[in-house]
Amino acid sequence: MKSFWKNLYGWIDERVQLEDLVKFMGKKYVPVHRNSIWYYFGGVSLFLFIIQVVTGIMLLFYYKGSSDLAFESVQFIMSKVQFGWLVRSIHAWSANLFILSIFIHMFSVYFEKAYRKPREMTWITGMLMFFMALGFGFSGYLLPWNELSFFATKVGSDIAGQIPWIGEPIKEFIRGGDDVTGATLSRLFGFHVALLPGIFTIILGIHLILIQRQGISEPLHLEKSSSKEKRTMPFFPNFMLRDLLLWLLVLNVLAILAVFFPADLGHKADPFSAAPAGIKPEWYFLFMFQSLKYFPAYILSIEGELVGILLFSAAAILWLLVPFWDRKSSRGEHNRFINYAGLFAVIFIIILTILGWTS
Amino acid sequence: MNYSNEKPVRKTRRDFLKYLLMGGIAGLVISIFYPIISYLKPPKQNEVEVSSVKVGKLSEIEKDSGRIIRFGNKPVILLRTKTGELKALSAVCTHLNCTVQFRKDLELIWCACHNGKYDLNGRNISGPPPRPLEPYRVVVKGDEVFVSKLT
Repeated sequence: MKSFWKNLYGWIDERVQLEDLVKFMGKKYVPVHRNSIWYYFGGVSLFLFIIQVVTGIMLLFYYKGSSDLAFESVQFIMSKVQFGWLVRSIHAWSANLFILSIFIHMFSVYFEKAYRKPREMTWITGMLMFFMALGFGFSGYLLPWNELSFFATKVGSDIAGQIPWIGEPIKEFIRGGDDVTGATLSRLFGFHVALLPGIFTIILGIHLILIQRQGISEPLHLEKSSSKEKRTMPFFPNFMLRDLLLWLLVLNVLAILAVFFPADLGHKADPFSAAPAGIKPEWYFLFMFQSLKYFPAYILSIEGELVGILLFSAAAILWLLVPFWDRKSSRGEHNRFINYAGLFAVIFIIILTILGWTS
Repeated sequence: MNYSNEKPVRKTRRDFLKYLLMGGIAGLVISIFYPIISYLKPPKQNEVEVSSVKVGKLSEIEKDSGRIIRFGNKPVILLRTKTGELKALSAVCTHLNCTVQFRKDLELIWCACHNGKYDLNGRNISGPPPRPLEPYRVVVKGDEVFVSKLT
């Protein structure tokens, strides 16, 4: 048996020079310091993404993307297909954990200023994937075609429609018409299972290649210390085994959540019924949804909601471009303002999410 | 001295841990793939069991004709010969499951996929079909024509 693998390895090695790759992997080190734990969340996000791809493809085997059949097909998956409830629940829970994990990953990179030169492109690709993950959440939410998802899509696309000039075309593009109908479902289905995964995979590839090429970022304070004081850990196998162990733990958490809190289906969407009371978006949109409520109807004769949307858009753009305006960190100096701004964002998101949750 | 005494003990402990790890991995693999494989098996759909279908009025079925009717979710070919005799046969070719058709010019049942031929009693007479077409029973009550399974 051993010689079979050895022969196979030899066969491939002869053709593609695996030896170089193994040498490269052996030379890869992960810095060890008090904040090393945050390095794991990129890997966890990757693992959850893989789970989404696998369970998503499995759901596609039975899901039917039309307004007449979508709800019934999900019902069929939940009640008739063996382990269908488990697969759908894992897909739903993994989506939530994925968003949570990339939030943590993003903030840890932000606070460590790991986006600083030369890793601007890694940050940008990561942020693009973050926005796409929100798009995955938004489009996937409609697919069961139930009451909650129907109205959430109505509200969500309506908010997009309020952006001046480009809002209306965006809204129509999302909805595939004036209103949320079966055409919207077909569209978001296409986004969710083809367009977004395709683009996401390419960007993820670039993100990962950049990390391999540049190595793992060190915190600013370590960068200056002499190489003798630095502690490191080989990526292979030390860090990778820790990674895998954490993945196993995440898989267990996922299984527990899916088994004890399976995904709901609710009632089939009816375009001619009233929106159910207490309707809320998914938790990761909740802080924006909640803050829009606090804006007065008019601010200086501009609609309050519009001001809110513009403020959020501006904040998102500033956040996306942080490696380019935080020149201090790139020069290796401490930039306290970045920490305060990040802390403000974290506290703001947490408080408004709680307010939204409890209201 | 001490070293040689310790070695076998260590080996069994190491083996034990190795088996434990291997067993754990095997358990993990099974607990992941068992649900996946079960999920991929299509669940049994309750099909409505059809024993008899009403085809139409006898006066509306021309002599020397054949047409496909729905029998549950299976196609059945209903023939009326030149002499006015009614016959019903499964329309699923016994070769590779294509649906056969009545050929007036050849006076037989023909399968377009691989040029299989059956006579009007459903006997495979030419081409690749290995077995005759399964017969159904035709009952005429008054002017109404019914097709039912041969039981």
